[in-house]
Amino acid sequence: MNILLWGVLPYVMFVVLVGGLIWRYRYDQFGWTTRSSQLYESRLLRIGSPIFHFGLLAVIAGHFFGLVIPKSWTEAVGMSEGLYHFNALLVGSIAGVGTLGGIIILIYRRRKTGPVFMATTNNDKLMYVVLVAAIIFGLWTTVASVFSNTHGITYRDTVSPWFRSLFILQPDIAAMAAAPLAFHMHTLVGMALFTIWPFTRLVHAFTAPLHYLFRPYIVYRSRDKGASVPARSGWSEVGTRDRDTRKR
Amino acid sequence: MRVMAQMGMVMNLDKCIGCHTCSVTCKQAWTNRAGVEYVWFNNVETRPGQGYPRRYEDQEKWKGGWELNKRGRLKLKAGGRVKKLFGLFASPLQPELKDYYEPWTYDYKTLVDAPLGDDFPVARPKSLITGKDTKITWSANWDDDLGGTTEMGHLDPIVEKVRRESEDKIKLEFEQTFMFYLPRICEHCLNPSCMASCPSGAIYKRVEDGIVLVDQDKCRGWRQCMTGCPYKKIYFNHKTGKAEKCTFCYPRIEVGLPTVCSETCVGRLRYLGLFLYDADAVTAAASVTDPQDLYQAQMDVLLDPHDPAVIAAAREQGIQEDWIDAAQKSPVYALTKVYNVALPLHPEYRTMPMVWYIPPLSPVVDLLRDQGHDAEDPDVLFGAIDALRIPVEYLAELFTAGDVDRVTLVLRKLAAMRAYMRGISLGNEPDESIPASVGMDGATMYEMYRLMAIAKYSERYVIPKAHAEQAHDLEEMGCSLDFDGGPGMGAMGSSPFGEASGRPTPVAVETFHALQDRQTSDSVAGADTLSGRVNLLNWDGNGAPPGLFPQRHPTEPPADVAALEGGGGA
Ligand code: SF4
Ligand code: SF4
Repeated sequence: MNILLWGVLPYVMFVVLVGGLIWRYRYDQFGWTTRSSQLYESRLLRIGSPIFHFGLLAVIAGHFFGLVIPKSWTEAVGMSEGLYHFNALLVGSIAGVGTLGGIIILIYRRRKTGPVFMATTNNDKLMYVVLVAAIIFGLWTTVASVFSNTHGITYRDTVSPWFRSLFILQPDIAAMAAAPLAFHMHTLVGMALFTIWPFTRLVHAFTAPLHYLFRPYIVYRSRDKGASVPARSGWSEVGTRDRDTRKR
Repeated sequence: MRVMAQMGMVMNLDKCIGCHTCSVTCKQAWTNRAGVEYVWFNNVETRPGQGYPRRYEDQEKWKGGWELNKRGRLKLKAGGRVKKLFGLFASPLQPELKDYYEPWTYDYKTLVDAPLGDDFPVARPKSLITGKDTKITWSANWDDDLGGTTEMGHLDPIVEKVRRESEDKIKLEFEQTFMFYLPRICEHCLNPSCMASCPSGAIYKRVEDGIVLVDQDKCRGWRQCMTGCPYKKIYFNHKTGKAEKCTFCYPRIEVGLPTVCSETCVGRLRYLGLFLYDADAVTAAASVTDPQDLYQAQMDVLLDPHDPAVIAAAREQGIQEDWIDAAQKSPVYALTKVYNVALPLHPEYRTMPMVWYIPPLSPVVDLLRDQGHDAEDPDVLFGAIDALRIPVEYLAELFTAGDVDRVTLVLRKLAAMRAYMRGISLGNEPDESIPASVGMDGATMYEMYRLMAIAKYSERYVIPKAHAEQAHDLEEMGCSLDFDGGPGMGAMGSSPFGEASGRPTPVAVETFHALQDRQTSDSVAGADTLSGRVNLLNWDGNGAPPGLFPQRHPTEPPADVAALEGGGGA
């Protein structure tokens, strides 16, 4: 069981994520969009969306520190266990609560604003469930890490080594299996999130337009370049489904 | 000097009757789909009025276009690149649906289905966004023909500005109001701020003809272009999640047909043609300090297509002879740079717009006529242009960043043309002092009159066709485009080896050619052959055009094709 969960699933997730992204990038460029609903409603979005997104960026940074940087490194630069955890807890919970608060505003808005709700697909709803679950379990782990600390096991001795070992293709299953339940749940839901990622609107994150900082302002393009229209995949109809067709 | 070609448009506002035909035909052609119900690539605004979307000209609010930073360099008014990226998660200045309007339809079905009763059934308005009953409170032209101006006239940003700056108040009491129509499409700017705002780089300007397009595959729905465009001519398709904009009807332009809005314009007031311009000079021209110098700077970027140096440079850049020729015959060049009567809309946005306007003399003429004057008498007209500050100042805010003298000069030219031609048509000796008073000679003024008043189809639209050889990769351009109009040239695309040889003619091109043929020929439509086949879309049902049935000997060209080719075809 442990082998399946912590030795096989991560790789399955990885293959689906990368394969799905490549496949969608090649065949569904037209569907690759944020599908913003700001046109319908702007007031709540302007509050919720930045809180959520900036919170999420902080969360990602936090995961990077927690998972990638080994304990020995932070200790080597003289950061005590206590200080590290205080920091992680403080920053982590602020970021996590921000993300959760942001998404609660966004979901409230999505439910309560008629046009926005009508533009919500089943795909979106599934994605929201998994996303919210991942955030909630994530917050739970942040809290749990404080208490598990008292037993002398932290995720930095269990989850992080396992995570790093995945990359050298020798998953440290035992380490992960020893982690508390909250971490197991968070990791599983997280993997589910990454598995559905390429097939939801979340893909827009992978085309975050950082190259904007470097490209020239004016773009010239010759008519014959880029004019070869790639065949559509038939992966989905254009945009969200029409209300009329849905009724019929 | 880097010479590039740009398709441009000029609209002669005096002729616009505000019929909205252009808007409707454009909508039928391009935006009659779900997700763009509220979108009008072409809209016609009544001025004074708030425009569409509401008060889009208020750049203090919307922050569209460019401005100069402290060092005098161009920067996006909405902020630099880093600021834009930080604002990505909720575009701070994006218009909402309520700034355009909530599109609706009517519940027509109840008119038929309603049970028998004492009352007439009513078709209720239904929102196209929510599908629920709705109350119609605004539209793309709610203040059409000054409707509601007494209450809302002061909301026009230009009225606000002129009022602030002038001693006397713009009167908006209904009977004293001046009025004209302003049809608007995307300006296909030389220095487009929509493009500069797009984080994905999905908006591009075509090298060949300068048409600005959104790559639907590359757009990721970040919506920064909507903020960036000061004319608010980029729209968000709320179903596909992508930005859409006026395409300058590029599939039509490529085969030499005018845009749909031009073709269907009732007033025949739109002109289409080429500009040659110096692409290297654009940024500097858009950066001149005084906004009132922008008009001249923009004019200087446009190159004289008769200048041998320009021609040589154009050839060097690979611009084909027929394009240079078209640039020389271009009506838009003549109106902007030879006669100097066409002005850009809001040059102060610094985007170098390429849809130009001949300002309307009619507000002045109408006011004069209402006051019982002879509105055709040059002295009265000239005097009035100077005396009637308000309409002129208003026009100056629209077209010259407030430079009243420039607008006055153009209006004087139009007034002079009116007076000069009246003299001629009354059988008097041409009064050469009239053109001289606006710095023109009689012959030039007469030419200008021909172009502006007679405005023949072939002079209004000088559109060189796209070169197929440039577009070898372009599937839609696979056929020979040597098709010069007229029924004699029906042998388009027929190949010496029979129907199946060569490349297939793509349907779009074939249809457009047949359409052009039908619109410009006198014979039964469909009498020509299309690669030995017939295009049923354009067949009007009269007779059986050759090619309707397969050839018996596919290696021989059809008889009529051979005959036509013998007669000096393509
Ligand atoms: S008018 Fe057209 S080209 Fe100019 S900024 Fe707006 S959308 Fe872009
Ligand atoms: S069709 Fe022509 S005359 Fe009618 S509103 Fe449009 S531009 Fe004006």
